[in-house]
Amino acid sequence: MTCEKPLDPHSEITLRVNGNPHTLLVDHRRVLLDLLREDLGLTGSKKGCDHGQCGACTVLVDGRRVNGCLLLAVTLDGSEVTTIEGLGGDGEEPHPLQRAFLERDAFQCGYCTPGQICSAVGMIAEAAAGHPSHVTDPAEPSGRPVPLDGAEIRERLSGNLCRCGAYPRIVEAVEEVTG
Amino acid sequence: MKGFGYLRPTGVEEAVEAYAAHPGAHYLAGGTNLVDLMKLGVESPGVLIDVGRLPLDWVEELPDGALRVGATVRNSDLAAHPLVRDRYPVLSQALLAGASGQLRNAATTGGNLLQRTRCPYFQDLGKPCNKRQPGSGCGARDGVHRDHAVLGHSPHCIATHPSDMAVALAALDARVELYGAEGGRSIPVADFHRLPGVRPERDSEIRPGELITGVLLPAARAGVPSAYRKARDRASYAFALASVAVVLRVADGVVDQVGLAFGGLAHRPWRAHHAETALLGAAATPAAFEGAVALELDRAEPLRDNAYKVPLARNLALDVLNRLAPAPATA
Ligand SMILES: Cc1cc2nc3c(=O)[nH]c(=O)nc-3n(C[C@H](O)[C@H](O)[C@H](O)COP(=O)(O)OP(=O)(O)OC[C@H]3O[C@@H](n4cnc5c(N)ncnc54)[C@H](O)[C@@H]3O)c2cc1C
Ligand code: SF4
Ligand code: FES
Ligand code: FES
Repeated sequence: MTCEKPLDPHSEITLRVNGNPHTLLVDHRRVLLDLLREDLGLTGSKKGCDHGQCGACTVLVDGRRVNGCLLLAVTLDGSEVTTIEGLGGDGEEPHPLQRAFLERDAFQCGYCTPGQICSAVGMIAEAAAGHPSHVTDPAEPSGRPVPLDGAEIRERLSGNLCRCGAYPRIVEAVEEVTG
Repeated sequence: MKGFGYLRPTGVEEAVEAYAAHPGAHYLAGGTNLVDLMKLGVESPGVLIDVGRLPLDWVEELPDGALRVGATVRNSDLAAHPLVRDRYPVLSQALLAGASGQLRNAATTGGNLLQRTRCPYFQDLGKPCNKRQPGSGCGARDGVHRDHAVLGHSPHCIATHPSDMAVALAALDARVELYGAEGGRSIPVADFHRLPGVRPERDSEIRPGELITGVLLPAARAGVPSAYRKARDRASYAFALASVAVVLRVADGVVDQVGLAFGGLAHRPWRAHHAETALLGAAATPAAFEGAVALELDRAEPLRDNAYKVPLARNLALDVLNRLAPAPATA
């Protein structure tokens, strides 16, 4: 090693979470999911597998859905994070997807639900921005919004597992908002 | 996980200099593979150099019609890019067949190429693995190896390379662009990943401290019909048991351009050179496709529990070849 002393294992970062600014000294090992749950007390985002395999930890970073369990918080300095707690804006009204999940009874234990809803919010924006999916016909012209039928919704939400098997109602709830 | 230092250079030169100052550091991009492996204890870097925000997030068209993709372009953005969808559909399809929407939003071009094998013995510190710990043995060879290699494996390692994107890039004759202390260079993607041989700990030809800056998609493949097909244990969000990327152009019933690569079969995307050589200039008929694919897959050396991969790969390849060939050839 050419460096004399080891680098500091902590850094100060600034994040906006659900609209509120936070300046935090983070251990570099801290992943976003643990920061939200343990440092900020936002326990809506869930830890299922901790390895990117279930989607329970899905949140929006700068409007894009990501797995909070695999993102080191230190890499997010300056980002805007939205969790299930912040989807409804000022908190007076639930987000239309939250309402649809309730109305359609789209869960059983509810553990995967925050991740499902955050993922659906991100996914709807992706389709509107013209992002294709594995089931989109390759002959579809690029750059146009992709309509979301049941097959599209199932494929695009495949990164969110539901151990209770509430999938049919989850798809119905999302269809209620998109269709 | 042990603590580590963190650096975020703002340019390519600065990143490479940061490595020179901290040899043994790891570059970090989307983190979807490296952070996972750090949690498992498989990787334990003392310093992370974050290259995920380097200004390499462009897709640019070169004067000769080639397309250059920067190392930090996210997998989701690359799959959706109109020039990629229109000219290199196999690449878009391969990316969309991998991982999940969330993971693709974080994963980068560079990180995808350098993701490590999903061999469960590699990920388990309690098991022998020559790739993780040279000389400790290969747990998979006589263990659970249904997902492992049927081509190009060695007594030391039978792992497969997990990337879907890299398989499409190999069939497209793409090149990886690298930058290091000794300057820049580029290597065909098909030669970038290694076969395990006696040194399975080395996945690719990248040198210590070298940075992937981008990938070059050649003009010659632009607009040539192409497609990707992947077989997996569930309909989505699973790694390939076998997959195939095909680029095929037929003129007057004769194959005048072909790129064929298999995924899930070997330690690297398996460019089917024998099949390609047989097909180039041949009549584009189902019989010719069958003969060419057999020529390649007859070389397979399946293990106790993964012989199913050979007919699976064959059927995937024939389906896509026949689908891409213009109608008269399949009549
Ligand atoms: C549950 C799950 C399912 C998945 N399914 C699939 C699948 O079906 N198909 C598939 O193809 N992939 C799949 N993946 C893997 C995923 O595609 C990779 O994790 C991702 O592409 C890695 O990119 P990254 O930017 O996050 O890399 P990182 O995790 O940031 O880095 C990976 C490696 O690349 C190195 N690196 C990164 N960028 C550079 C650079 N510019 N120069 C030099 N070195 C660099 C890092 O040092 C590290 O060693 C899956 C992953 C998970 C967790
Ligand atoms: S196949 Fe390769 S990665 Fe898997 S246990 Fe054997 S040496 Fe390790
Ligand atoms: S907890 Fe993040 S994907 Fe399972
Ligand atoms: S509702 Fe129980 S895991 Fe989905």
